Amino acid sequence: MAVRDSHETPGNAGRRLLGAIASATLAVLARGVTGVRPIWSGSAPSQRQRIYFANHASHGDFILLSACLPASERARTRAVAAADYWGKTRLRRFIAEDMLGSVLVHRAWTEPAQNPIKIMLDVLDRGDSLIIFPEGTRNMTDEPLLRFRSGLYNLSIARPDVELVPCWIENMSRVLPKGQFLPVPLLCRVIFGAPIAVAENEDRRDFLSRAHAALLALDPSTSRRSSR
Amino acid sequence: MMRETTLLVLGLAGVLTTASVVAGILTWRAADPQSPTLVNLNQRIKAWWVMVALIAIAFLFGKDGMIVLFGLISFAALREFVTLTHSRRSDHWVLLGMFGIIIPVQYWLVWTEWYGLFTIFIPVYCFLIMPAITALHGDTERFLERIAAQQWAVMLAVYCVSHVPALMTLPIPGYENRSLLLIAFLIVTVQGSDVLQYIFGKLFGKHRFSPTVSPSKTWEGLIGGLLSASALGALLYWLTPFSPLEAAGVAFLACLMGFLGGLVASAIKRDQGVKDWGHLIEGHGGMMDRADSLVFAAPVFFHIVRYFWTV
Repeated sequence: MAVRDSHETPGNAGRRLLGAIASATLAVLARGVTGVRPIWSGSAPSQRQRIYFANHASHGDFILLSACLPASERARTRAVAAADYWGKTRLRRFIAEDMLGSVLVHRAWTEPAQNPIKIMLDVLDRGDSLIIFPEGTRNMTDEPLLRFRSGLYNLSIARPDVELVPCWIENMSRVLPKGQFLPVPLLCRVIFGAPIAVAENEDRRDFLSRAHAALLALDPSTSRRSSR
Repeated sequence: MMRETTLLVLGLAGVLTTASVVAGILTWRAADPQSPTLVNLNQRIKAWWVMVALIAIAFLFGKDGMIVLFGLISFAALREFVTLTHSRRSDHWVLLGMFGIIIPVQYWLVWTEWYGLFTIFIPVYCFLIMPAITALHGDTERFLERIAAQQWAVMLAVYCVSHVPALMTLPIPGYENRSLLLIAFLIVTVQGSDVLQYIFGKLFGKHRFSPTVSPSKTWEGLIGGLLSASALGALLYWLTPFSPLEAAGVAFLACLMGFLGGLVASAIKRDQGVKDWGHLIEGHGGMMDRADSLVFAAPVFFHIVRYFWTV
């Protein structure tokens, strides 16, 4: 898969306009269907370059998350999506890359040019923010959150200045479960937690389990059920 | 009817203006930081202005306006109810049907004035078909809990709420083309009763009505609110086909049902571990927090009027 050129061409400008219209429309739709509200609990909306990492159970997840960002942030925040799904047909690729401005990466890559970390770093070096789902796939189990893959750690080591913000997406798995394409209108919230960073000498596994715990701690259903 | 509507809107604007002025004086005299009650009071009054304006606009569009308005209220209330209660992935199609089929069909039945099907569509057909679909999916995990929650959701948020616009379909001799005013009467007395219960409770509340369900409800609030709302109903008799005494009696029953609706809604919220149904209306909570009394009052009010006043 070719990394998209960062130089502006007429085609690129058209794509950007299309992308801006599509993402604004989707944000309005997402709010209308789910009444989504951001809860900033530990971090605030900011112009700082960030990696938003979130739980993943639905194709609607990143639409909901980006709908919660201020418009200027939304325009430069790009979701990382799986090329083996979103790159499969021309239509899916059009939706993912041109309409939603996602970054497609291969989960099982062979050529060095396909290295997901390299592709994501290229996007960060252009000044854009990322949305990533460290579970690596949509969670269909009864577990609230699957084990994290190591991408989050590798990105943070390579670009330590970029803030890592945990984002808990509530209810989206009920709105649009895997394998469905019509959303049920249920109320959703996205809870943005305090940024975390790799500590000095912290090894990969420790950091990943700390990031995992930080995200899981934002899930209100655990505290709601236990605090009755 | 134009004269009554104008009078009513002016009256409501007057009450809200008074409320805004009183709250403004309280805020001006209050020490910083303001107490949460005062902040909430200001939010509530502001939201009331918006709600009265929206209802007034819907009024201008007559029957269609009322049906669209209450269809949207059903949508918001149903969304809150379904969000709060347990469902599984296998419920997806039933949930979709609740929003995509049941709401439009029920309000279409109001619009076509098909009374026979209007009264049984949800309690008979949906009641039987929804659990059948769930069973056909083969997922029996917490089956009864899931289908019961779905039944409650459509009964409260769609069936009961749709009885408000259905008041327009009642043929009352000597009251032709004025039935919008009956809706206004119901909303003003029942919502007025909520406000009056709140005021009486805040001013005189001492004895809790039901500490386990809703700590904020008091006997003083209940009695003061119900009696004053009945008096309000009598004062508004000119909107209705009732005599002043009948208006007081009907308002009393509607407001009593409204009180019970609030109590049941509180019990459901407590069971689910939340304080509010949602965040749609600032200071009030969700749509169900504002509409719970109307949900219980509307069907009873509808059938009282239908039994005693229609031919």
